[in-house]
Amino acid sequence: MLLTAAFFWLFATVLTLSAVAVVTARNPVHSVLFLILAFVNAAGLFLLLGAEFLAMILVVVYVGAVAVLFLFVVMMLDVDFAELKKGMLATQPTLLVIGLAVAAVVVVELVMTMGGWLHLARPLVAGGVPISPDVSNTQALGMVLYTRYFYLFQGAGFVLLTAMVGAITLTLRHKPGVKRQSIDEQNARTRAGAVEVVKVRSRAGV
Amino acid sequence: MTDGWVLPVLIMLLKSVVVLVAVLIYVAYVIYADRKIWAAVQLRRGPNVVGPWGLLQSFADMLKFVLKEPIIPAGANKGVFLLAPVITGFLALAAWAVVPLAEGWAVADINVGVLYIFAISSLGVYGVIMGGWASNSKYPFLSALRSAAQMVSYEVSIGFVIITVLLCAGSLNLSDIVRAQDTGAGILGWYWLRLLPMFVIFFISALAETNRPPFDLVEAESELVAGFMVEYSSTPYMMFMLGEYVAIVTMCAMTTILFLGGWLSPLPFAPFTWIPGLVWFVGKASFVFFMFAMVKAFVPRYRYDQLMRLGWKVFLPISLAMVVVVAAVLEIAQAGGWR
Repeated sequence: MLLTAAFFWLFATVLTLSAVAVVTARNPVHSVLFLILAFVNAAGLFLLLGAEFLAMILVVVYVGAVAVLFLFVVMMLDVDFAELKKGMLATQPTLLVIGLAVAAVVVVELVMTMGGWLHLARPLVAGGVPISPDVSNTQALGMVLYTRYFYLFQGAGFVLLTAMVGAITLTLRHKPGVKRQSIDEQNARTRAGAVEVVKVRSRAGV
Repeated sequence: MTDGWVLPVLIMLLKSVVVLVAVLIYVAYVIYADRKIWAAVQLRRGPNVVGPWGLLQSFADMLKFVLKEPIIPAGANKGVFLLAPVITGFLALAAWAVVPLAEGWAVADINVGVLYIFAISSLGVYGVIMGGWASNSKYPFLSALRSAAQMVSYEVSIGFVIITVLLCAGSLNLSDIVRAQDTGAGILGWYWLRLLPMFVIFFISALAETNRPPFDLVEAESELVAGFMVEYSSTPYMMFMLGEYVAIVTMCAMTTILFLGGWLSPLPFAPFTWIPGLVWFVGKASFVFFMFAMVKAFVPRYRYDQLMRLGWKVFLPISLAMVVVVAAVLEIAQAGGWR
């Protein structure tokens, strides 16, 4: 118990501090790295709760894939952020308003979630599915996800598929006149179609 | 109350230290074996000066790296620059926490062992990107981008291959996966035969994931000098090198567990089953590494677009289709009562 508590405080403290550092760091790459640290600590908290599958998936998906793309994009940016930051509040007061609005929305959502959790806990538990203690985490998740919440699960999958198809159609452009490598064409080439043996007569040319 | 958790924690620490030391010594000889095999294929002698038959070469190299001066480039982002090799080394070693070396011989025999190793190895890309970016130099950055794309691409097919194994074994626990291969048929009952195409895909993807030749575009010396570690010297460089080789050995261990029956004996009868499981495990992992080394010696380097094509247009569709096929076959077998 003591150990669990110690780890909880460790993960929670580092998580909060790195979340603050994400916002305050001057260098955007450092921001992303702190974000990754926050993700890893959140995974640690999941582990302490006994949600080992969620913890690992969080690391695989968010840290291993999403944050890598973030890092990619941020590293490619060639903007002098320190310069930009110096006069941001003075020159662009609208940004402050936007930031405060986003913060307000997040706080309201947090309060609503917490309120719902505290006051509606009973009906939610009653509506949930009891998990028998001898079933492993992964199995328990699979058992509800693929039966009770099957349509919602499939729906979430379709939403992601739509996003993927959308991203591809937005970025995929076939410019006419650009030479592209076609592997099938290359493999289909034979000597007969590619090489012509010509007997050149002297002083006559081809 | 204190006795309740102090002793288990101490035992855990002791186990971890033993595994770490064993892995590091094994890696030292894996590096030596890599160089010797490569040399033998090219009709050279390889390292043969330090110690008998050059057996102490890796340790001499290590001493040399540690005693040299670490140089940090002037424009480098110092913190990230030094953090990158530490992350690489740490992550590579962290994966060994869940590897079952023999029946019940794992530091932590957790339920989601496969996912843990998958998660840890998917983090390995950070060492590369951070090192390449923090060097503040063109070639390391280009090669870091390349290798990040490569590692992320091949992770996808590795994930699907692992899913087919999980479907057959019905568990995410590494020990359970090994036990599921103990069908009494010995070497013929392991998953390498039952899931042969996946075994091949996994082996090739493992080469790409660990940036081994023929997929070592990260350090393609003919075009990128030496890849993302150009600016690194002495101990930080050694950490990168070490992390890379530990990751390779981890992949060998993963291949052993997922496809070659872990600690099980290939011939399931008396004189062979007396040999301890650890010996079989190390033997199989070493065999897989031998194949890694032979591929390095034989196969010329891939072109980058071919590498990407192989990952996304060949391996991904095949492994995705195989997940469906394996699941269907298992379902039919279950319905028919053959399982």
